[in-house]
Parts: sequence; C-alpha cells; structure tokens
Amino acid sequence: MTELAWISSAISAARPQAMGALLRYFRDLDTAEEAFQDACLRALKNWPQNGPPRDPAAWLIFVGRNSGIDAVRKRAKQAPMPEEDQISDLEDAESDIAERLDGAHYRDDILRLLFICCHPDLPATQQIAVALRIVSGLTVKQIARAFLVGESAMEQRITRAKARIADAGVPFETPGAAERSERLAAVAAMVYLIFNEGYSTNSGEAPARAPLCEEAIRLARLLLRLFQTEPEIMGLTALLLLQHARAPARFDADGEIVLLEDQDRSLWSRKMIDEGLALVDKALRHRKPGPYQVQAAIAALHARAEKAEDTDWVEIDLLYGLLEQMQPSPVITLNRAVAVSKIRGPEAALAMIEPLEERLSGYFHFFGLKGGLLMQLDRGEEARVAFDRAIALANTAAEAAHIRMHIDRLMKDGAVRVPAKKAN
Amino acid sequence: MLYAILCYASEDVVSSWSKAQDDEVMANLINVQDKYAKAGRLGPVARLLPTTAATTLRKVKGESVVIDGPFAETKEQFLGFYTLECADLDEAVEFARELSEVNPSGGSYEIRPVSVFNPTKVVV
Repeated sequence: MTELAWISSAISAARPQAMGALLRYFRDLDTAEEAFQDACLRALKNWPQNGPPRDPAAWLIFVGRNSGIDAVRKRAKQAPMPEEDQISDLEDAESDIAERLDGAHYRDDILRLLFICCHPDLPATQQIAVALRIVSGLTVKQIARAFLVGESAMEQRITRAKARIADAGVPFETPGAAERSERLAAVAAMVYLIFNEGYSTNSGEAPARAPLCEEAIRLARLLLRLFQTEPEIMGLTALLLLQHARAPARFDADGEIVLLEDQDRSLWSRKMIDEGLALVDKALRHRKPGPYQVQAAIAALHARAEKAEDTDWVEIDLLYGLLEQMQPSPVITLNRAVAVSKIRGPEAALAMIEPLEERLSGYFHFFGLKGGLLMQLDRGEEARVAFDRAIALANTAAEAAHIRMHIDRLMKDGAVRVPAKKAN
Repeated sequence: MLYAILCYASEDVVSSWSKAQDDEVMANLINVQDKYAKAGRLGPVARLLPTTAATTLRKVKGESVVIDGPFAETKEQFLGFYTLECADLDEAVEFARELSEVNPSGGSYEIRPVSVFNPTKVVV
C-alpha cells in the first residue's frame, strides 16, 4: 500500500472520533468540519516527514482544535461582537489532551455526531446523506453517485440538511442513561437505513451503491466497539454482515435477480458470514432479544444452510412469529408467509397474506409473492393478475424483469390464455 | 526454539481497507510466509475476527465472569493461547472456564473466533 493510501485510511478511521471531539469543542458543525479539514491538510504535510503519529485521532483533534480556535479568534476580530460562546472550553485549551480521550468521552462524542444527523425533521434520505458526509467523510460526489443523483442536487440536499441541523442546535450535554439508549436506537435505525439504501438496487447500479452497505457495516462495527455489551448492536452488525455476504450472488451475469434459494452459495463471503454468525452467537447469550437480533438470527439460518433445501424453515417461521410480536407489521407477516409456504404449502401461505392486501396494495413484494403462490396452486389466471400488479409496482428494472420471467413461464406452460403484453 | 509472533495493528484502519486492499496485504503476507513454510519452519497461522466478536472470561473475587469485548487491561501480560473447535460460543466459554478453575493465577481468557486458519506444521 502506498504512503498516501495509508494516511488516507488512517484519517478516515480516525474521522468519527476526531469530528466528534471537535464538535464538542466548537458546538458548531461548520467550525468543526473546517477545523478537521485543516488538521487533515497538515497531516498530509507532516506525517510523511515525521512518520505516522502513535494515535492519529488524538493528533487530528489536537491540531484541529488549535486551528479551529485560531479561526474563531480571527472571526471574532473581524466581527464587532466577540463570539466567545462559540468555544466551549478556551480556558483549558492548553491542558493535556490525553485525559479528554478516555473511552467514555469519545463514546458520547461519536454518538452525538451520529445523533445530530438523525434529526426527526429531516427525511430519511437527507439523514443518510448528511451522515455519510459528516461522519464517514465521503465526498459529495461519492454520495451523489451512490444515490444516483447529480452532484449539485446532492450538494444542495446536504447544505439544506446541515442548515436544519444547525438551527436545531447541537445537544451538548452528556446524555443520561435513558437518553443515551434512545440516541443509540435512533442511530442504529439510521445505520440500517444507510444499508438498505445500498442494498435495494439494480445490478447495474450495485457497484455504485455497494459503498453504502460497506459504510453502514463500518458504522455498525464502530457502534459495537463503543457499546460492547448491547445485544441489539451485535444483532444489527450481524444482520448487515450476513446480508451483505450474499451480495456477489444476488444478480446473474445478465443482471437478473437471483432469488435466495437459487443463489450460488459458494459466492457468498465466508468471512462476513463467520463474523455475522459469531456476533449472533454472542448476542443470544444475553437472552435479551430485539428486532435486529431476530432478523440476524433469520439471516444466520439462511447462511448456515449449505444448500437451499437445508434451510430450517420451521425455525425461521418461529423467529418471524417473534418479530411480529415485537414490531407488528404486514411486511413481516408477508415474510413469514414465505416460511409458512415451505412448511405447510402455498395454500396456507396464501390464506395468511390475503388479509394484508389492502394495507400492502402499493407493495411490489406482496404481489410478487401472491403471484408466486397462486402459480404453485396452478391458478394461472389469478397469478397473472398479481404479477401484472407487481410489475406496475416494481422499484427497479431487475424486479420487473424477474416478474416478467414468471409470466413468460406461465405462458409457456399454457397456464394463461391472454398473451402477456410487455410492461415497461 | 519455537517462537510465537503476535500481530498488533489498528483495527479501525485495517477494517477500513477495501476488499482489494485487504487481499493485496494478505497476498504479500502469504508470500513472506511461503518461504518459511517451504523450509518446514512455519507453524500454524491464524487471523482473528475483529475484537467486536470477542468475549472475555475473567475472575472477579474467585468467580468467573463473562463479559463482552476484548481483554482491555494493561496490568496483565499475554502469556499463551489455545485453539479449540467449538459448535458455539458457549462451548468455548466452557473450555475457558475449566482452564480458569485450575489456573491459580486468576488471569483472564479472551475468546476470539478465528477467521483464517492455516494449520502449517513445523517439520524441522
């Protein structure tokens, strides 16, 4: 690895901690970001000459803080009114930084940094974009590419989101236990959103969006290192790893979706699966189940099955039942119906999902599954109707193509009379 | 004399490598090992899963306590290690507990899943 690559990975690894501390000092996102940028520039000049510092985060915080203080002082001189309240602790600026870098401090720093991105007024996509910019340090260009939008549109979106965050003010006080756990839950949900944003994708877009999944995993691991005894964070990290492990097998050479049961399991990332399984194992010992753990346990059962036929659907059905109790949602019932169809057949599964139709009338996967079950029951005409609905609701071209393949099969088998017209 | 060589690095940095970077580093490391393996001097090699997957068993007032996370004290030193095939974490914890019961030192056992294991045997 070149020297520049080493420095850049050291900086990106230190970023959440350094940005979190600078935000605590300056209580203002822009000032903290500028200070961090400045420290990075100095690192690029200084590190190749003097060798890497023993603790890159501490180095960046120290240099960034001094540069930020200079900047605030300069601005104060230019402005008619001094803005001393912008700096939280000028008086002890010279004190040893080591004591500030103890675990508890930086844990809350990073949590705060992530938490301000989860502002409830911000739509999910903006929360994600701003977190990727501020916490992960992705460039606007990289984020724009991952979201499949233009760079200037993304720039605007992030600027607006940051203004919103600035208006809301940074929650500066060290959180209490209850508040900390609320923050952690909000942040975990955002990390999951980042992952899903990257995961729901067309094959052609997968390489552009994969960094979102990788970033989400990096953030989840970071949270887990900060909150080592939280089984739900173990569950979240495991869930992301176990799902992302399947990425190389999700699309075929033509970019068509390959369903879980048809995937070439030798393509799954063994390394991610091993880590995911180890985390599920560790979480379960706590006997404090939560939604992420249950979803991770389901993903683990898929990962453990060497062949699709080996899948333990009975256990998966039980776990979905548990998840339904924890967070009742028609989408979870729909997923459970897949397990039920494997255990008790398509008829039982169909009976289970029919009552959901009204609530899931805009949901692609509902009609995809309904069509599939009807097809298994040799009710070709009805299957065709469901598949047509699914195509109309498809989120990606690959989803639509996948359903069209079913329709083609129905037609080939002579199960439908009317020839399918090409949907777009 | 058989030597153990223990690897230390920043997990933040290592886990931020892309797959291509990681593969490159691993390939270079394997190149170095190969030379020694061919001479029959290399013993088993292991790469561990991240410390987020670690569990630690320690003695508190004579009682074994299992806690999440890696061994983080600096007062004790690294003295030795075992590898054991286990169906799950419980089995690994049980082995550590048995060791701990007959070990008067009161030390701790960090339990880390192994990610890559190359059981090369020393033949000289």
